[in-house]
Amino acid sequence: MSTEDRKRAAHRALVARVLEGDGRAPRDQRRAAFDRSGLGEPLRTLIDKVAGRPAQITDDDLAAVKTSGLTEDEIFELVVCAAVGQATRQYETALGALAQVASGKGSG
Amino acid sequence: MRLEILNSGYPLGTRVLFAVIRVFSRQPLPDAARLVFYRPDFYGGPMKELTHETMRGPSAWSVADRELMAAFVSKTNECVWCRAAHTATAARAHDDEAMVAAVLADLETAPIQEPLRATLRMLRKLTLENRVTPDDMAAVLRAGASRQQVEDALAVCFAFNTTNRLADAFGFSLLDARGLDAGAKYLLARGYR
Repeated sequence: MSTEDRKRAAHRALVARVLEGDGRAPRDQRRAAFDRSGLGEPLRTLIDKVAGRPAQITDDDLAAVKTSGLTEDEIFELVVCAAVGQATRQYETALGALAQVASGKGSG
Repeated sequence: MRLEILNSGYPLGTRVLFAVIRVFSRQPLPDAARLVFYRPDFYGGPMKELTHETMRGPSAWSVADRELMAAFVSKTNECVWCRAAHTATAARAHDDEAMVAAVLADLETAPIQEPLRATLRMLRKLTLENRVTPDDMAAVLRAGASRQQVEDALAVCFAFNTTNRLADAFGFSLLDARGLDAGAKYLLARGYR
């Protein structure tokens, strides 16, 4: 396997694990956190911040989700999915843009 | 950290390991390390593989430049914890604290080569706007970065856009100067596995 294949394979393995492997949160909820769509409050606020403005996350954001009845293990998984999801959208968009640049030796 | 499971939810074997590390390093285990030890089957295991391959695997970018990318992405995300950790690691790897500080202060005037500058510019746009265009990529290639180098840099960007978010969400405890120094030495000696 080439170097880049190994990086992309590691990325695919991570995404497959957090979305499709065993977890405490249901798979459809993990997928929703990854996709940043279809979540109710207060989870939606937390997941939106993880994806879009993580530096602004507060203790209260986590506390509100705990109070809503999710366990810490479920929150752990959903936050991981949201982070991996946003970074994956960036990664795939950028690889797509690179692929669209006319094939050459790379420095023309 | 904001989830109690990340502070104390570890099995006995892991707690013993944490104690041993504390004795040998004379520092508490950084929260970034604690995170990947929590239920490693779910996240920590696959993420360590990815990060190690990206940061220490074969690449035309030096380890020092990849650590600089990690610091730069973390700065762009305003992730205080990761910025501090990878600024210390990049400065040690480059043996040039001033250059690393200059890149973080003003990318356009920092004393670095153009392929790296153009790559960092693209990573900043991707991190802030979540998208880049083929024209953005063409500009990086024109500056002299190879296609493979761009792909390698995107993998670094992925790793730190993920880790920055988790550091901020879970509330990593900041390291003091000695903790940063010990962490940088560890990452350069052992990597991310």
